[in-house]
Amino acid sequence: MKGWIAFLNILKKDVKTYYLKPPNISWGIIFPLSWTLMQLIRTPGGSILQLLPGLISMSVLFGTTSMLAVTITFERSGRSFDRLLLAPISLSTMVLAKIMGAVLFGVFNSFVPVIFAAFFVNLSAVNWALVLPAVFLIAATSTLMGLLIAVSAKQVFEAQTFSNFFRFPMLFLCGLFVPLSSVPIFLRPLSYCLPLTYGTDILNGAIIGAGTLSPLLCFGVLIAFALALFLLCRHNINRKWIM
Amino acid sequence: MGIVSVTNLKKTYGDFTAVDGISFEINEGEIFGLLGPNGAGKTSTINMIIGLSRPAAGEILVDGIDVRTQLKKAQAIMGIVPDESNLYNEMDGFENLCFCASLYGMRKEEREAKAVRLLEQFRLKEAGKRPFKAYSKGMRRKLTIAAALIHSPRILFLDEPTTGIDVESARQIREMIAGLKKQGTTVLLTTHYIEEAERLCDSIAFIVKGKIVASGSVPELMQSVSHGHAIQLVTDKNVESLAAELQGRFEGSRVEIRPDRSLVLVSERRIPLLPVMEFFDKKGIAVYEARELRRSLEDVFIRLTGIESAVLKKEKEKGGGGR
Ligand SMILES: Nc1ncnc2c1ncn2[C@@H]1O[C@H](COP(=O)(O)OP(=O)(O)OP(=O)(O)O)[C@@H](O)[C@H]1O
Ligand SMILES: [Mg+2]
Repeated sequence: MKGWIAFLNILKKDVKTYYLKPPNISWGIIFPLSWTLMQLIRTPGGSILQLLPGLISMSVLFGTTSMLAVTITFERSGRSFDRLLLAPISLSTMVLAKIMGAVLFGVFNSFVPVIFAAFFVNLSAVNWALVLPAVFLIAATSTLMGLLIAVSAKQVFEAQTFSNFFRFPMLFLCGLFVPLSSVPIFLRPLSYCLPLTYGTDILNGAIIGAGTLSPLLCFGVLIAFALALFLLCRHNINRKWIM
Repeated sequence: MGIVSVTNLKKTYGDFTAVDGISFEINEGEIFGLLGPNGAGKTSTINMIIGLSRPAAGEILVDGIDVRTQLKKAQAIMGIVPDESNLYNEMDGFENLCFCASLYGMRKEEREAKAVRLLEQFRLKEAGKRPFKAYSKGMRRKLTIAAALIHSPRILFLDEPTTGIDVESARQIREMIAGLKKQGTTVLLTTHYIEEAERLCDSIAFIVKGKIVASGSVPELMQSVSHGHAIQLVTDKNVESLAAELQGRFEGSRVEIRPDRSLVLVSERRIPLLPVMEFFDKKGIAVYEARELRRSLEDVFIRLTGIESAVLKKEKEKGGGGR
């Protein structure tokens, strides 16, 4: 119960002081929106439905990876992060609360292209029961990857640079813009090491029926990734931030 | 056993040993002062006890709980005021307090009631609605202390609570610390200000270069250095030439001339004032002022550590809120 109160209040505080701030909200709306428009202009006549999985993934990816990395690095440099380490709550509760804010922000980001698309195409064939958990898991894995970067970064700007270094190659390896079958064969093993590859595959299947792997397998892999990343983050925080 | 028990605690940063095998015990309900110059290892010691840093060696028990294995359980009874305020700039005073309370699992009504009470107690009622980033240094420190008290901890850690803030806030904080003791809260406090420690603390440990050079209650420490007695006299004439004669007249005494030209007569045994006055009267020298000098903890510190009072004075100037 006590852990739960702490969890909810950390989450509430982060949402209020970081994620609901006007610059972040507008970023969360404008960024996915401009991606969507850009793709539409680039491929005139292309169905927006075909683009939707990629747009969702990208919005989530960009909404989450740097968000937590930046806020945590910020709290660490202002030492307010120490408060969380000094509170009688488990490290797991604290890490979960911290990532949950960014995950929710990512999920919110993913709605932007969906709502936009709803004006143009009929979305009734989309399997939302697969899309929603997939979006959630993509958000969770990319937030955790961002956190992993934050644990290694010393400054806010370092965290940002690092996360871009990861993000862009990921976009091209995960089968979003270049189908997996066209990724050079020597890079393909790398593709299968990215959680986003599996998330994209579920979205492709659920939205346009173009999945290549079994959704069950994909969910399993995504959950395994999330768990492994979570444990790695917790371990690193415990080792590096309590010196 | 005390509520805090530290044995052979050690902290190293690379090759550098910041805390070098210290041991001490804090009894429940007392104010314990960790006193030492800059870089002595005070903050490093606190950080190990509260779980912000890992000891290289040694044992820490808080209320019988081993901090290395059951840190979270021990943290539930600790309140922590770091040397720099670390609250959230974006939130106002009231929100900051409520948030800190929630980290200890307090319910909404309980949090808010306690926050209101603490804001009043620290005279921050008005400031409670303003964002933390708009606070003055003294207000920041006070709110940080209030935040540490929100869950009514049994033991409060205060790292230099009065350094670098205005005199009035420093006074309020000292008053508050004395009040906490009345309620039975144990306090560990670090400071450079010897008078502050002398006035507030029940027990004191002097720490220098990572080692405890002396510890005990204030009277014990005073006794540990046989310091004798001293009389200070201010006269109308220069009396330097009379020093030898005076020393001969009062056996076992030693004369010191202070920079302000006053004369100090130091001796192992207590010298009564009257014969000294008569001595000068016979010489036709008027004594404007005569008083027995009280030995302070500062003398003890200087004697034990060899650290010049000038060094301490410099540190005080850096800080500010000494008195
Ligand atoms: N993270 C660190 N890395 C390397 N050295 C450190 C670190 N933290 C502290 N030190 C060194 O350890 C010594 C003790 O530092 P500490 O902060 O504990 O002293 P202190 O008694 O609190 O001093 P002050 O009165 O200035 O606050 C200092 O020499 C300091 O430079
Ligand atoms: Mg210090």
